[in-house]
Amino acid sequence: MRILIIEDDREAASYLTKALSEAGHIATHAADGEDGLHLATTRDYDMMIIDRMLPKRDGLSVIAEMRKAGRQTPALILSALGQVDDRVEGLKAGGDDYLTKPFAMSELIARAEVLGRRRQTGEVETGYKVGDLELDRLSHEVRRAGKPIVLQPREFRLLEYLMKHAGQVVTRTMLLENVWDYHFDPQTNVIDVHISRLRSKIERDFDSALLHTVRGSGYIMRDGT
Amino acid sequence: MQRLKSLMKMTAVRLSAVYLLLFALGSVGLVYYVTNTATEIIEAQSRTAIEEEIVELGQVYSVTGIAGLVRSIDRRARQPGAGLYLATDATGRIIAGNVESLQAGILDEEGATPGAFGYTRYGDDAGEIHVAVADVYRLPNGMRILVGRDQSDTIRFREVVRSALVWSLAAMGAFAVLAWFLIGRRALRRLDRMSAASARILAGDLDERLPVVGAGDEFDRLSDNLNTLLARIAQLQEGLRQVSDNIAHDLKTPLARLRSKAEVAALTAENEETKAALEGMIVDADQMIRTFDALLMISRVEAGSHPVLKSTIDLAAIAADVTELYEPLAEEAGATIELQASPPIHIDASRELVAQALFNLIDNALKYGGSDESPAHVTVAVEDDGDQAIVTVCDDGPGIPEDKRERVVERFYRLDESRTRPGSGLGLSLVRAIANVHGGSMVLEDSHPGLRVSLRLPKMRGDGDGDDTDEG
Repeated sequence: MRILIIEDDREAASYLTKALSEAGHIATHAADGEDGLHLATTRDYDMMIIDRMLPKRDGLSVIAEMRKAGRQTPALILSALGQVDDRVEGLKAGGDDYLTKPFAMSELIARAEVLGRRRQTGEVETGYKVGDLELDRLSHEVRRAGKPIVLQPREFRLLEYLMKHAGQVVTRTMLLENVWDYHFDPQTNVIDVHISRLRSKIERDFDSALLHTVRGSGYIMRDGT
Repeated sequence: MQRLKSLMKMTAVRLSAVYLLLFALGSVGLVYYVTNTATEIIEAQSRTAIEEEIVELGQVYSVTGIAGLVRSIDRRARQPGAGLYLATDATGRIIAGNVESLQAGILDEEGATPGAFGYTRYGDDAGEIHVAVADVYRLPNGMRILVGRDQSDTIRFREVVRSALVWSLAAMGAFAVLAWFLIGRRALRRLDRMSAASARILAGDLDERLPVVGAGDEFDRLSDNLNTLLARIAQLQEGLRQVSDNIAHDLKTPLARLRSKAEVAALTAENEETKAALEGMIVDADQMIRTFDALLMISRVEAGSHPVLKSTIDLAAIAADVTELYEPLAEEAGATIELQASPPIHIDASRELVAQALFNLIDNALKYGGSDESPAHVTVAVEDDGDQAIVTVCDDGPGIPEDKRERVVERFYRLDESRTRPGSGLGLSLVRAIANVHGGSMVLEDSHPGLRVSLRLPKMRGDGDGDDTDEG
């Protein structure tokens, strides 16, 4: 993916660039709001990572201007402000995701990849398929190799999110945010236990693994073969 | 009655009761002494006058004989305001004087009568009895002469003084009781207000001040001094908090850099050992960052500088949500977590913060409410308490001793028993800060056995009162 980084802290920006290149992305860096806005409106990126507080023009206003110019590039806002309200304000201003500093690089990369990919799939899907596992969003049915699997409503939503982002790493905080709608660090392994329950339901009677743990990051839904 | 009891407990009232008693005893003693001495003096004067008169009458007798004596007695007896005069013959028959009858046996003894005696006088109303002292003198022919002075006035004087004393003491007592009641009640009310304010301060509200009414009296001076003391404590506490906030804030940035350096290095590390070491560093850095984040969040919530984004939320639904989230974790540890279902209770609060508070409470209950040998049994319940919505989290573990309950809420305070387990010692501080910012409170109680933590949040007005029936 082509990723635009707008960040005034050069050291932080260089680590970001390095980590994103390491993950196979092409990162461009702008050091202030004006430069960032210029790049965001003149070139094409899959997603952008933007610091909230920037010299010359603050992050929220860069996003607002860019949207006015008709650019829908997904934006992930980085902020040292961690208050719940800051997050809401950031998302209202046109941001697509919000991450509080300091963050785990793996968290940032996972979120960046989910945001960048989202753009490519425009229309609403009615179901997902990973390997021989199928999920029907309309009838709320889950089948593996044609055999129905009974899930609790929350397990269904968990699986739905994982399958929607199949092939991408999703972190624990992303799951807590998107499945439970809580935006804080749970600090315990609550999510892991839910995952292992779900995993046993979809994998117990079958040969291949679909839900994999990515050490230090989170989980990924992928057909093992 | 309760009012009177608490009045009696006041130092001022007790002191003045003692003074009143001492004063009353003193007055009684004084009046008793004065009246006694006065009557004694009057009696002594009467006796001197009587003796002088006896001497005069003796002279009259020696000069004029019995006839002259009787005449003289008759004459003296008729004078206005005269004393007592009586002459009897040897058989005791009255031959002269103004005494009609007197107490039996008075005439038998010669000399001064031993005390006052009763008598009646000619011309008195029937039944009227006077009291007097007198001398009895016997003539050689057996005649008896009695000369005396009436004492009724003295006795009346004594009675008047004594009844005055009784009445004034009674009035004094009544006034004192009234004054205690009025002054005491006023003082008591101010004291009540002061102790209510100090109770709120003890409960953690350091912004509260003791009331000063502006009278400049001892209560105001006391309140002023204590308020200055409180301001100083608040200032010191604020300073302490700022220092820890500054440390947290200033260390967060280098810590974040350290973390991302380690992370990038781990991504590119080829040596497995180096990679593991770097990942260990990241875990440690994360632990520190989380502690600092929690500390800063508590400060932010407490400072209220950022108003909390509130919305109408259903506390029962959030409790069910968070319980459900923790249920698999509890089950895996062999513990149980049970939700006591409740109808919706709407509160005006931040969903995120309330959920975070519940996370912390349930997490604590699972962590400290049990051990590996006997896992915790946690109960989550939501109640409607009229004005407040209460969510309680109970465990059946060792609980927290009563004298430590206030302390565990302090930042970084941890019980000795839990020091070996992971945790920052900030969980309950955050829950209390969240309760406070919503105008609610957090209460720690004994759950017999175990700990029972209640988070009380003000209910939305008009919710659940059943008065909006026209809508439904």
